[in-house]
Amino acid sequence: MDLFEYQARDLFAKHGVPVLDGDVIETAADAAAIAERFGGRAVVKAQVKVGGRGKAGGVKLASDPADAVVKAEAILGMDIKGHTVHKVMLAQTADIKDEYYVSFLLDRTNRTFLAMASVEGGVEIEVVAEENPEALAKIPVDANEGCTPEKAAEIVAAAKFPAEVADQVADVLQKLWKVFIAEDALLVEVNPLIKSGDGKIIALDGKVSLDENAEFRQPEHEALEDKAAANPLEAAAKAKGLNYVKLDGQVGIIGNGAGLVMSTLDVVAYAGESHGGVKPANFLDIGGGASAEVMANGLEIILGDADVKSVFVNVFGGITACDAVANGIVQALALLESKGENVTKPLVVRLDGNNAELGRKILTDANHPLVQQVDTMDGAADRAAELANK
Amino acid sequence: MAIFLTKDSKVIVQGMTGSEGMKHTRRMLASGTQIVGGVNPRKAGTTVDVDGTEVPVFGSVAEAIEKTGADVTVIFVPPKFTKDAVVEAIDAEIGLAVVITEGVPVHDTAAFWAYAGSKANKTRIIGPNCPGLISPGQSNAGIIPADITSSGKIGLVSKSGTLTYQLMYELRDIGFSSAVGIGGDPVIGTTHIDALKAFQEDPETELIVMIGEIGGDAEERAAAYIAEHVTKPVVGYVAGFTAPEGKTMGHAGAIVSGSSGTAQAKKEALEAAGVKVGKTPSETARLAREIIAG
Repeated sequence: MDLFEYQARDLFAKHGVPVLDGDVIETAADAAAIAERFGGRAVVKAQVKVGGRGKAGGVKLASDPADAVVKAEAILGMDIKGHTVHKVMLAQTADIKDEYYVSFLLDRTNRTFLAMASVEGGVEIEVVAEENPEALAKIPVDANEGCTPEKAAEIVAAAKFPAEVADQVADVLQKLWKVFIAEDALLVEVNPLIKSGDGKIIALDGKVSLDENAEFRQPEHEALEDKAAANPLEAAAKAKGLNYVKLDGQVGIIGNGAGLVMSTLDVVAYAGESHGGVKPANFLDIGGGASAEVMANGLEIILGDADVKSVFVNVFGGITACDAVANGIVQALALLESKGENVTKPLVVRLDGNNAELGRKILTDANHPLVQQVDTMDGAADRAAELANK
Repeated sequence: MAIFLTKDSKVIVQGMTGSEGMKHTRRMLASGTQIVGGVNPRKAGTTVDVDGTEVPVFGSVAEAIEKTGADVTVIFVPPKFTKDAVVEAIDAEIGLAVVITEGVPVHDTAAFWAYAGSKANKTRIIGPNCPGLISPGQSNAGIIPADITSSGKIGLVSKSGTLTYQLMYELRDIGFSSAVGIGGDPVIGTTHIDALKAFQEDPETELIVMIGEIGGDAEERAAAYIAEHVTKPVVGYVAGFTAPEGKTMGHAGAIVSGSSGTAQAKKEALEAAGVKVGKTPSETARLAREIIAG
């Protein structure tokens, strides 16, 4: 889960990383009081989870409280690379003498944590990495040893920070590491980390991404979710404990196992090439269990998607036997109909693996008018795409 | 032969007395695995009747090894206890730890992976978030259904459980030496490369099927390894061509970030290494079949 800048700032402050005073608002009129608090001048920054907001006009300097309201008004509602601005952060102005970059992140390739640091901050770090790679120091950090004072000094030296800020930057690195560990983060990034006119090191802008697998021990993280931005179908699926991602096609997909479902999306997209370009409407993994209740929940979400024209249920019976899955489908349809749902979209079902024949027989015997069976994944994908193109 | 797991493997289960642990202990035993014990400090000294087999419960992995000679552990404990369970297995220096648990925080996985490294990697780790591995007809450590296929000349390594089952099913008449599910998390123990190396060295394996998916660069690195070190034919499959950027697709590690981790890049890297890559699971099975037929 990626956080907004203001949320990253709050986490930095919580763990002692030096930041400037700031406050987030959704109504422009509220900007005046905050600017007043800062002594009149303030930076008004769009809160969007996408880079390049400065160039897009999403960061403006306000000279007094009235101007802060005007600037906030101009930025709220703005579209930045497809992201609508619903919140702006007002921050104290800074006297910037130098701009640096520091981060900790998960290095998947080397299966370790990595510190990155550069004295060329304030620009996109990907650009530095591309054009001037020797200016970006990359130092592995052992997960069990952490960012010790020695490790922090090593990072500072590798990035060639000037001597007069070396100790301060090393201190910030250790505090930033605290954010990384204590919050179960996948990324904590400060860009720019600035040296102010009076020689202080301050985190001016930051990015934090959190590990959703750690939610069980991070009860405060749920409140950081941007529920307003979530797709309503995704939100409804999440509330039911389903692993669902909304896509922009017409063929609803239900399958078991993340890999098989990803594969199903691909196969449907290929099949769609010969059926008017129809595409998968969603990712939905109902997992190994595939009980009637989970199947009903999944079908309910997918049938509630106005874009869906047909549904492809693709199950390989591994641990779960296909007869149980078939019973689940029959019961799920009955359950939805008993709840008054108007089930009218055709379902193409492919069952394979454990007890596949028994499962197919159950569906044949149930003889539901909307259910069609195709024995192979490719054939079923083709049929589902064809039905979605009618 | 087979890789990592044979008929002589003595298997213990951490978390055996939980519902998932018990269900799969039953299945592993039924498929002929030598299950020599479970680990649960609170039930140490008791035995559990698993369909007529009395399985002893030990207080620790170390005790289980000492009393039974166990060399494989399968871990079913919940995410919040997984790190401690793996660290215990590493401390006991068991040869293979198969971590089935899904939803382990990546900080915990990174920590036990680093810990294994600090202990000279005496314990091979498979997973987490994986279905385990099977050497059909010999032993089964995890949750892969044992009745899909029998022993044969294909070796399979995959990030995905159900795609493993699908390919085993499509090629069930040929059979498998071993099938290894390495898991879909961003950090995992055993990689595609580890399995490719072992299959290359395994005399029984004639062809390798490698299944990947979006996220990270494991497939690209595997492709480079194949070009350099693997002389046996390799058939590949990659899932997630239609996955949008920035969305996690079920597996915690299955995410395209910016332009990195795409299925297209993985496919191209594998093909450049001489791997035949199927467009669908069935086409992948057909490519494997054609190579076996000669």
